[in-house]
Amino acid sequence: MEGWDPNTKSTLTKIPLLTTKAGPRDGAAWTQRLKEEYKSLIAYTGMNKSNDNDWFRISAANPEGTRWTGKCWYVHNLLKYEFDLQFDIPVTYPATAPELELPELDGKTHKMYRGGKICLTVHFKPLWAKNCPRFGIAHALCLGLAPWLAAEVPILVDSGMIKHKDAATASS
Amino acid sequence: MEAELKGLMKDLEALKRAIPDQSHQDSISKMQWRADQLVDLANSAPSRRSKVKDMSAEVVDSNPYSRLMALQRMGIVENYERIREFSVAIVGIGGVGSVAAEMLTRCGIGRLLLYDYDTVGMTKTDAAVQTLADINPDVVLESYTLNITTVEGFETFMASLTNKNFSTSKSGSGVDLVLSCVDNYEARMVVNQACNELNQTWMESGVSEDAVSGHIQLLVPGETACFACAPPLVVASGVDERTLKREGVCAASLPTTMGYNALKDYFPTMEMKPNPQCSNSACLERQKEFALAKPARDAIAKAKMEAEASSLAQCPVHEDNEWNISVVADSDVESPAVHGSSGVLPAGLVHELPSADEFPSSLATEEASTSVEDLEELRRQLEALNAD
Repeated sequence: MEGWDPNTKSTLTKIPLLTTKAGPRDGAAWTQRLKEEYKSLIAYTGMNKSNDNDWFRISAANPEGTRWTGKCWYVHNLLKYEFDLQFDIPVTYPATAPELELPELDGKTHKMYRGGKICLTVHFKPLWAKNCPRFGIAHALCLGLAPWLAAEVPILVDSGMIKHKDAATASS
Repeated sequence: MEAELKGLMKDLEALKRAIPDQSHQDSISKMQWRADQLVDLANSAPSRRSKVKDMSAEVVDSNPYSRLMALQRMGIVENYERIREFSVAIVGIGGVGSVAAEMLTRCGIGRLLLYDYDTVGMTKTDAAVQTLADINPDVVLESYTLNITTVEGFETFMASLTNKNFSTSKSGSGVDLVLSCVDNYEARMVVNQACNELNQTWMESGVSEDAVSGHIQLLVPGETACFACAPPLVVASGVDERTLKREGVCAASLPTTMGYNALKDYFPTMEMKPNPQCSNSACLERQKEFALAKPARDAIAKAKMEAEASSLAQCPVHEDNEWNISVVADSDVESPAVHGSSGVLPAGLVHELPSADEFPSSLATEEASTSVEDLEELRRQLEALNAD
C-alpha cells in the first residue's frame, strides 16, 4: 500500500472485510458472500455520505447478484462529471476481481479495454490478489475505480474528450 | 451477383438507346466499360470447392489433401485421416487464435469451436467461420459469441465443451484440446476453471505487449501445474517487463512472458508440477486422481520399457562403434524443474501477482455472524442509502 494517499488508506481500513471465499457458482456460500458484499457496500456508502464524499451508486441488477449497475461521478474544476457504471461478477470470483466498466468512455482513453473496462492491471490487481478473499466490490470501487477517475477524468476533460453536460447543451 | 450484373448491362444498353444526345453517350459507354470489368472480376473470383468425403493421397490438382496424406507414407503419422475425428476449442479469435484456427483448418481438423465476444464489423467468430469455411469446407465450425467470464457465458461454454454430438464414441469431454488464445488474466483463469472441472488438457498462450516475446504452456489437469497453481511470472531476460510499459498506454492485459524471446531467439522450457496448496479446488481433485492412478501408469511404463528393451536386444542397431559415439540423456542438460509449490523461483524470475496473505484469524471472528441478517434486508438498506 505504499504510494497511496493517507485518506484512501484510512477509508480502506474502515470498509468491512469479507471472509467467505465463494463465487456465483457456489450456491449457498455465494449467498453468504453476497450478504458480506452488501454489508461492506452499505458501510462504505454510509461512510462516504457522512464524510461528504459521496461518489457512486451501485445496485444488483439481477436477483443472483451477478450483475451490478449504477453511476459514479467525479468533480473536476467544480463541475460534476457523471458516468454509468456496470460490471459482472466473474465465475472465478473472488480469485479474479470484477472488471469495472464505464461504457460511455469506451474509445475515449487508452487506459481502458474493450467495452469500457477500466485498466486496473498495475494499481489494483496486485492488491486484489494479495487480499483475496477479504476484498469485495466496495474495495474494488475504493481502490480500483476511485483512483482511476481521479487520474483520468481531469485528462479527459482538459483534452476535450469529454464535456460537461451543461456545456454540451449550451453549445448545441 | 451474375444476374445483377447482367441486369445492369441491359439497363445501360436501354439508356444508351433512349438518350441519343451525343454528350451523354460517352459517359454511358464509360459506365458500360466499368460494368464489363466487374463481370470479369466476378468470373475470376474463386469459388468454394465442394466437400471431400475421404482423404486421398492421390496427387491431382483436385485433391487438397495429397501433401498431408503424404506424411503417412513418410512415416510421420500413422493414420492422417484420424484428424477428422478431432475437435479443438479455440478461446479468443485474435492474433493468436485466428492463426491457430486457420492452420488447423488447412490441416483438415474435424471440428473447431470458436469463442469470442468482440466484433470486427461483424462478430469475430462469425467472421472467422466465413473465412475458414472458404479455406476448407470440410471442417465443422461452431461460432460462439459470448463472454466466458460471466455466469451465463460460462454455462454455455461448459455445455459446448461437453456436447458429444460430433463424436459420440469418445470418453471425456466433447473436445480433444482447448487452446487459450485470450489476452487477459481473467479469461485465462476461466479457461483454467473449466478445464480443471472437465479434466480437459489445454494449452495456454500469450504474446507480450511489445510482440517480441511470448509463452506457451501445456496444462494437463492433475499432472502439471494449473494456471492458478503458479501465478503469472515475469521473466527478466535482461530487463524487467515493467520497464517496457510506456506512459499513456494501458499496461498490457497480457500476463507475462515465460518463454520465447524473439530478440534473443531464446526459448527456455520448464516443467511445472502442480501446487498441492493450489487455491483451485477442482485442480486439487485432479491432483488426487492423478496420484491414485500412479500404479497403473507405472505398470504401463514398465511394460513399454521391457518391450523396447527386448526389441533392442534382438538386433543391435550398430554392430561396432568405431568413433565411440554415445547417446547422452537430455536430462543432463535440462534446467531443473520448477515446483509451483516451493515458492523458490529460478534466478531472475519474480511473481507478478502476490499470493494471498495468510488470513489473520482474529479478523475472522470480527466479521462473523453476518448470516443472521437477511439478504433482502441488506438489499433494502443499500437501496435506502442509494435513494438520497
